[in-house]
Amino acid sequence: MNSTWIILGATSSMARAFARAVAIEGAGILLAGRDMEELSRLASDCQLRGARIATALHFDARDPETFGPLIARACQEEGELNAAVFAGSMPSQTEIDSDPSLIDGVMADNHTGPARVLHMLAPRMESRGCGAIVGVGSVAGDRGRLNNYVYGAAKAAFATYLSGLRNRLARSGVHVVTVKPGFVDTAMTWGLPGMFLVASPEAVAQDILRAVRKRRNVIYTPFFWRWIMLIIRTIPEPIFKKLKI
Amino acid sequence: MSWKRTEYAGWGRALRATAEIARPERLRALHGTMGDALVPAMGMRRSYGDAALVDGGRVIDMTRLDRMIGFDPATGILEVEAGVRIGEIAAAFAPRGWLPAVMPGTGFATVGGCIAQDVHGKNHHHAGSFCQHVVSLRLATPTGENEVTPEGSPDLFRATAGGLGQTGVIVSARMKLARCPGDVMVVTERRIADWDEFLARLDGSRATYTVGWIDATATGAKLGRGILEEGETGSGLVPRRRRAARVPMDAPRIALSSPVVRAFNAAYFRRVPASGRTVVRPIDDFFFPLDRIHDWNRLYGKSGFHQFQCVVPVGAADALRAMLERIARSGLASPLAVLKRMGAGRAGYLSFPMEGYTLAVDMPNTEAARSLIRELIVQARDAGGRIYFAKDSLARAEDITGMYPELDDWRVVVGRQDPQGRLITDLVRRLQLRGTA
Ligand SMILES: Cc1cc2nc3c(=O)[nH]c(=O)nc-3n(C[C@H](O)[C@H](O)[C@H](O)COP(=O)(O)OP(=O)(O)OC[C@H]3O[C@@H](n4cnc5c(N)ncnc54)[C@H](O)[C@@H]3O)c2cc1C
Ligand SMILES: NC(=O)c1ccc[n+]([C@@H]2O[C@H](COP(=O)([O-])OP(=O)(O)OC[C@H]3O[C@@H](n4cnc5c(N)ncnc54)[C@H](OP(=O)(O)O)[C@@H]3O)[C@@H](O)[C@H]2O)c1
Repeated sequence: MNSTWIILGATSSMARAFARAVAIEGAGILLAGRDMEELSRLASDCQLRGARIATALHFDARDPETFGPLIARACQEEGELNAAVFAGSMPSQTEIDSDPSLIDGVMADNHTGPARVLHMLAPRMESRGCGAIVGVGSVAGDRGRLNNYVYGAAKAAFATYLSGLRNRLARSGVHVVTVKPGFVDTAMTWGLPGMFLVASPEAVAQDILRAVRKRRNVIYTPFFWRWIMLIIRTIPEPIFKKLKI
Repeated sequence: MSWKRTEYAGWGRALRATAEIARPERLRALHGTMGDALVPAMGMRRSYGDAALVDGGRVIDMTRLDRMIGFDPATGILEVEAGVRIGEIAAAFAPRGWLPAVMPGTGFATVGGCIAQDVHGKNHHHAGSFCQHVVSLRLATPTGENEVTPEGSPDLFRATAGGLGQTGVIVSARMKLARCPGDVMVVTERRIADWDEFLARLDGSRATYTVGWIDATATGAKLGRGILEEGETGSGLVPRRRRAARVPMDAPRIALSSPVVRAFNAAYFRRVPASGRTVVRPIDDFFFPLDRIHDWNRLYGKSGFHQFQCVVPVGAADALRAMLERIARSGLASPLAVLKRMGAGRAGYLSFPMEGYTLAVDMPNTEAARSLIRELIVQARDAGGRIYFAKDSLARAEDITGMYPELDDWRVVVGRQDPQGRLITDLVRRLQLRGTA
């Protein structure tokens, strides 16, 4: 059966690795994002690596006008429809502290924008009765920390949304995977201090594909972040509030 | 675009540098990074020495600019961004009947790196060098991007092919792929008893791909013994390659000590039956045998290693034999030693290939090996040959005088492209390739 992936935030390095991995399997790919020139280069790339079709689509998480056309285009593809959300943004906490209005954008990029698109897509996927949704959150959403708690809050909201969506869509055979990456070697982390155990985008993409195949619900990638975050979540609040991690 | 200050090394890990590195993820970011100044570029750092090192400076890591942009099956011309790895192209295209016309011994090399070293493959005697199949390339300068073709701007093309990145950042290239029937190799392996037989077999080989593994520890009557591999692409089904293993840490010195290498080489030699054999392999096993083990350079321990590679004219084969004899007697060689026949094909002023024989031998980074290699470099020069900048980390400026007769032509073009010397890398400085200034 034909399989198609709509990828939100397709210019992300992680998304690029993921798109290539599904391209090699011959899937159709709809690459959604803001940088149309880059998206069309990526579309050629996916096509040459084996994608059935690859098309660039305009999507801005802060502009709901762009959502409808995405859904319409996705529904033109027959067969199994899948969606993956990589869109997100992480201004530094200090930038946010000096301009709190940035919080709205962080929520839109990481949570409300993607959630609205998924919510519009959900009934279509329900009626087809198959397919998967991949939502990329972050370990940062597992506990609010001094250095990035606004970003963390947006990721936590998205994770909670995905959990509910999974609950709903499981009833019609659509599977939802929540992905919580640790540190990944992309533009978002390049040159940032304090990075360790940084994973390649390709390794993360392979983890995600495996999770889709095995119908895992929530994955940490690389896997050991599950244990790191377990420890971080277990630290009692009276102690945690004094830590700088 | 943020610059990350970090220490890094060439593949041999004997030479290191600390630089500020930018790694643009897309074309637009590259243009932003370049701003109004020229900055040198690097690929996967598979050059052994300091070709990609810029100590104390800035460098652009091109490995994320790796999109395939277009392919025309009518002409076989593929357009790619410069950071695409050769192995990725082979993997994507061989099943459809196309291969890069020239592939170096590692699939991790980027197209930009292959252009800047004008690399050769196991088919050099027929196919020539990498850049002879490059139809055009795009060079970024602070004022914009320029299309460079061998016909339209022959000087600039010849200065860029094998030009060590000194003419600007190679952003993308269009290259002609070669037809192949499928993604398997039919490989014939034969034992070679000694040096004379090796040369005769290499000269006589009619195969498309020919490469010799040489036991650089064998002396006396066995000097120059090895295995000749001749390959043709074919179609069929072979088991997929196993997932690559990884060397997890620096190995202790003993791992490649002389008795271990001798024993390994003897076993490796006997692996092929005395009567020879023909086997079918996945293409990557044949072209990129070492890529199966990630980070294999760590086998040489923390201090790293060197590769000596030279080419000498056909008439100077005896000089090459004398060099091999010295290497064998020194007991310093590792199992990685390769002998190939080269044709005359080359595309740039500083391209390595010349009609003749090329020998490549790895040695651990010890004082004894360093002084041996320095002497071998001089021997190669005296034999009318030259050393390969992709591999060298030890030569001094005076050692290479005369090796590259077109050096002055190269300098003229490079001086025009980069008058302020902003693209100078550690290798270019060490060998004073752009003059003493
Ligand atoms: C196991 C192994 C086997 C090998 N076998 C062969 C072989 O059979 N034949 C052969 O010819 N070589 C061989 N090599 C050498 C290798 O092919 C070259 O060193 C090649 O240049 C490596 O490509 P790279 O992307 O790693 O480039 P780097 O090593 O990162 O850079 C090499 C040079 O290219 C320049 N450069 C890189 N990208 C750009 C760009 N986009 N724009 C401008 N300049 C750029 C750099 O400044 C530097 O001068 C081998 C190396 C290894 C490790
Ligand atoms: N890197 C890490 O260590 C790490 C760790 C945990 C989680 N994550 C998450 O993983 C995902 C991928 O990140 P990455 O590391 O690959 O970083 P990235 O390259 O910066 O990717 C971010 C992506 O989000 C897109 N985006 C941002 N704002 C948008 C908007 N308003 N509308 C549409 N798209 C928008 C970007 O598009 P443009 O190209 O148009 O800017 C880009 O494609 C993100 O959700 C990130 O939060 C990353």
